[in-house]
Amino acid sequence: MSDIAERLKKIVVEHLGVEPEKVTDNANFIDDLGADSLDTVELVMAFEEEFNVEIPDDAAETIVTVGDAIRFLEKNAG
Amino acid sequence: MRRVVVTGLGMVTPLGCGVEPTWKRLLRGESGAIRVDSFDVSDLACQIACTIPRSGEGAYNADDWMDPKDQRKVDPFIVYAMAAAKQALDDAGWEPETQEDQFATGVLIGSGIGGIGGIYDASVTLLEKGPRRISPFFIPGRIINLASGYVSIAHGLKGPNHAVVTACSTGAHAIGDASRLIALGDADVMVAGGTESPVNRLSLAGFAACRALSTGFNDNPTKASRPYDRDRDGFVMGEGAGIVVLEEYEHAKARGARIYAEIVGYGLSGDAYHITSPAEDGDGAFRCMQAALKRAGIAPSDIDYINAHGTSTPLGDEIELKAVERLVGNAAGKLAMSSTKSAIGHLLGAAGSVEAIFAVLAIRDNVAPPTLNLDNPSVETAIDLVPHMSKPRPIDTVLSNSFGFGGTNASLVFRRAA
Repeated sequence: MSDIAERLKKIVVEHLGVEPEKVTDNANFIDDLGADSLDTVELVMAFEEEFNVEIPDDAAETIVTVGDAIRFLEKNAG
Repeated sequence: MRRVVVTGLGMVTPLGCGVEPTWKRLLRGESGAIRVDSFDVSDLACQIACTIPRSGEGAYNADDWMDPKDQRKVDPFIVYAMAAAKQALDDAGWEPETQEDQFATGVLIGSGIGGIGGIYDASVTLLEKGPRRISPFFIPGRIINLASGYVSIAHGLKGPNHAVVTACSTGAHAIGDASRLIALGDADVMVAGGTESPVNRLSLAGFAACRALSTGFNDNPTKASRPYDRDRDGFVMGEGAGIVVLEEYEHAKARGARIYAEIVGYGLSGDAYHITSPAEDGDGAFRCMQAALKRAGIAPSDIDYINAHGTSTPLGDEIELKAVERLVGNAAGKLAMSSTKSAIGHLLGAAGSVEAIFAVLAIRDNVAPPTLNLDNPSVETAIDLVPHMSKPRPIDTVLSNSFGFGGTNASLVFRRAA
């Protein structure tokens, strides 16, 4: 697992209070991890803070799975 | 109007988590006041408060009442409400499962100032990091009616969902208004009360600026709250929640619920005088108690015990005492009246509901809880102010007073269920 993936999964576990095993690349934040619309907004903010990157709203809308977030950050995080 | 009874009690207070731990320590004459050590108070005029115990007897553990991931989203006043509401519903044995029961059960929980701690923190975040760092949970975790919101979601309560904000009268107004909703048939069961988490630098600074807080007992916190005593110099802030389950009488009887007391009177009035000071003639307090007695259809001499507002401020205590003397007249000699704020401090929006529960327990156990630190009463009175020690006595009818900033007054009258 890449450093980014590891840090990101830790944030997801903390914010959503889910078991680490459930945070797989294919896990959908809402359908599989129990997030609601406000949780996803806060998660994106937490990713921005952790990785010191800005995630514009239109990009945030395309992040629906853990893997989506990892791929976005691997491409855009500094 | 339909009759309304109390069938469940729940509380989190500076004397412990739960009704029985709190009541036991209250009757023993213990105080919940401490010198604040969870944040810097060195530059504050008032450095003491009554805080909820996190260890020892009756300790409160937030994780017992709300998932840690949800706690992060809200101010403590919402978690306190979740704790007290769960206790009250369990105590009442009421967890509605059918749609009909869910629709008939509502929530009315208020707070005086809600999430002031979280508003302060978010203001700092806005200043230091900008608007993109403000959490989506900032607003819903701070606004006052979300206590009712969270409780309704947790227990599936789909009846009236409401909240009261009347400063230090909040808890009493919440119980009174909820009883009206049942009396008028809008609900059969209501989860009602007040909750508050004000112990932070901003609130202590703000109330001190109003010259409302005790400042002369920073090195002797348990002596600071001393209602009616000549050396009193202001109130001591407290935190917590008090929540009751109110129920239509026949509904409670039909399911064999234990009935603590009937709520027979509720009175309201306004001072129309000053934003923070009580009217000197005490007329607002008098008319409020009078209205509650009229609704109850009882005489002032029928009251056995009054849980006073009695905040330990120089002005307010004597004004309330005079209003009560005016109300009861020659019956003063058979009346007991105490201020339990001497032990738990002033819980602001939760005060009225926690104290209403104490008044109900006074009926249950035939005992008047004490007024601590009442060494030298500042005025003479024929009323027994129950100094220092709780006093066993026959108690069938009680009145609980609450008065708030803005000149908002509420009185509740409870009677032993026949």
